[in-house]
Amino acid sequence: MSQLRVLVGCKRVIDYAVKVRVKPDKTGVVKEGVKHSMNPFDEIALEEAVRLKEKQVASEVIAVSCGPQACQETLRTALAMGADRALHVEVSGSEYEGLLPLGVAKILAALVKKEEANLVVLGKQAIDDDCNQTGQMLAALLDWPQATFASAVSVEGEGLAVTREVDGGLENVRLSLPAVVTADLRLNEPRYATLPNIMKSKKKPLAQMTPGDLGVDINPSLTVLSVEDPPVREAGSKVEDVDQLIAKLKDSGVF
Amino acid sequence: MSLRRHVLRVYKQILYLARDWPEGYVVLRDRAKRAFLINREETDLRKIETLIGRAEFVVKEIEALYMLKKYRTLKRRYYKE
Repeated sequence: MSQLRVLVGCKRVIDYAVKVRVKPDKTGVVKEGVKHSMNPFDEIALEEAVRLKEKQVASEVIAVSCGPQACQETLRTALAMGADRALHVEVSGSEYEGLLPLGVAKILAALVKKEEANLVVLGKQAIDDDCNQTGQMLAALLDWPQATFASAVSVEGEGLAVTREVDGGLENVRLSLPAVVTADLRLNEPRYATLPNIMKSKKKPLAQMTPGDLGVDINPSLTVLSVEDPPVREAGSKVEDVDQLIAKLKDSGVF
Repeated sequence: MSLRRHVLRVYKQILYLARDWPEGYVVLRDRAKRAFLINREETDLRKIETLIGRAEFVVKEIEALYMLKKYRTLKRRYYKE
């Protein structure tokens, strides 16, 4: 089988451990001075690609990130985890605010053609917007088969055998290459980007470009009207005895 | 590599990991510093090598701890079982 060239998406998101706060003017969440890191599902996707390379199935692993200059830190992490080279598609300011899964999917589709990749592995969703759309849209744009929510991936003949997590069980699918795979939580345990590897990653190539260079239009097709906090849980109250409890339950219509 | 450099390298690795320590960078840095200072007078090469081995083990443990913490948080957030 011909060797795979794997493209992996690495989104820079607010770190999973940070408590996210909504801006007072409801236009979004506070991002300034907040710790960012690679989307955990993308780490899993990258780990899977690196393992394919270690099994000599893949010849090259290319990490991609779309966003502001700071995304290069995320890409360094990706290189430290084992990607061979990185591509940074620079989108900043208001353009980045309005960047939607469709825009990213178009950028990735253009890169797939440019880099002649034949497998794309993405995280199933990002933990900031929770869209869960990019992989599906990319597969549609490229007209490639897709396996979403993958919890196991193996190479079988000229294609891939993928186990998918579906409601109430697992689904085994076989798909021909080229293909798009999106990673679920249980696919693997990603390795840690260690300090020595971060240092070594600085020698690996990182190319920069803009959506314009790729001939991609990323104008948003929808606008965010407002971002709001989830409702606060109301405080409970103590009851003195069983009679009061029953009265209260009757009042609230539960009983 | 000289043992001195080896010790410094593993100490730096711990400092790097300390940036993600849940209770803050300073907490882990101080703990690591104390632990390293206890053995500052050690001159037996064999013993120093054993101690470096222990520090490297701790580094691996902290990495594993971080990955597990992330996995558990995501599991709680996205999977209701």
